Amino acid sequence: MTSHGHEHSHEHGTVPSDPALRVKALESLLVEKGLVDPAALDAIVDYYEHKVGPRNGARVVARAWSDPAYKVRLLTDATAAIAELGYSGRQGDHMIVVQNTPAVHNMVVCTLCSCYPWPVLGLPPAWYKSAAYRSRSVIEPRTVLREFGLDLPEETEVRVWDSTAEVRYLVLPERPPGTEAMNEEQLAALVTRDAMIGVAQVPAPNTVVA
Amino acid sequence: MNGVHDMGGMHGLGPLVPEPNEPVWHAPWEARAYALSAATGAWRRWNIDAGRQQIERMPAADYLRVSYYEKWMYALVENAVRHGLITREEAATGRADPAAPKATPPLTAAAVDEVMKRGGRSTREVERQPVYRIGDQVRTRNIHPVTHTRLPRYARDKTGVIVLSHGTHVFPDTNALFQGENAHPLYTVQFRARDLWGEAANPRDTVCLDLWEDYLDRV
Repeated sequence: MTSHGHEHSHEHGTVPSDPALRVKALESLLVEKGLVDPAALDAIVDYYEHKVGPRNGARVVARAWSDPAYKVRLLTDATAAIAELGYSGRQGDHMIVVQNTPAVHNMVVCTLCSCYPWPVLGLPPAWYKSAAYRSRSVIEPRTVLREFGLDLPEETEVRVWDSTAEVRYLVLPERPPGTEAMNEEQLAALVTRDAMIGVAQVPAPNTVVA
Repeated sequence: MNGVHDMGGMHGLGPLVPEPNEPVWHAPWEARAYALSAATGAWRRWNIDAGRQQIERMPAADYLRVSYYEKWMYALVENAVRHGLITREEAATGRADPAAPKATPPLTAAAVDEVMKRGGRSTREVERQPVYRIGDQVRTRNIHPVTHTRLPRYARDKTGVIVLSHGTHVFPDTNALFQGENAHPLYTVQFRARDLWGEAANPRDTVCLDLWEDYLDRV
């Protein structure tokens, strides 16, 4: 067990307590030692800002809504079906897609840390990583869902998936009514990140505020 | 370890505050902290389980107080020192030891996209075959290891049903300690919310956890 927290660092050196300055000092040190390439850091930041995010997951959902054969593949081998659309990799190596129905509502959490399917949803929002969500979602999921604006019938099973291993979960939300004529691109535009975590439903198009 | 990170079912940890149109990062330093962790991790001096364990080793009061990426920075510095990439003195002063040789970074900018897209599977081909089948009733063990585990407190000594079988995955409890990957069968076990939380829970609700065979006994 360690006895040295960073909060003690100021006792031994000159590294500042402000996180921004501390990270800058650490980056300088790691670059100076040749341990990291600053251009690689830029590329990593770019990757998570621009190449992964919930738009990827929305495309997966829209495809499943539009193509019954794809949906079967997605529910059978999600990792492979998601890779068909070009999404794969870190924190998405072992994907499971769980389908919401009127009988079962799935929602995803990581009570122990912040596990989340990066290739399809990007990096998690702050609330997903928060102590409040991690602690409450397993013991009072219905209260949590109500705070997100979703009040489910008593007879619907709420099924919470606590991501305790390297398996990552994506919720396939119910396709809202009034979307029968929409194409995949239009459907994808309706799908929200929160619906794919399972703390919301995808609203019907006429309820979406323009 | 029975740490404050093991939050499932705790009370009093504040309100839920979703942020509309949240950015990927809330400050440039968060992005740099994230990228530093990924780029330094490419040295493969420690594994993902050791990384998580290091965050759990943060003093509990600090864990609750500091922001998410400060925890990552804490774990990065501690692991980089522990595994010989930097010295405690360098971490404290922010200045490289002038006598130390300059290394060559293992992760280049050109390789980043490919490395991220390739990921790293935690399944391993091993001889050990699953003991349990879908539908089997199992009871989680009543264990309280002082080191890393992925069996949360709220799900210990509870009865559930095997609903998915995921093959053989690296076992975090030993991997975090560099005591071997010990890959063995991983399952999803479904618990009735009432078996976890008592009669106040909705009788239909359930909680599913991914649990290794070594956490389980047959009922």
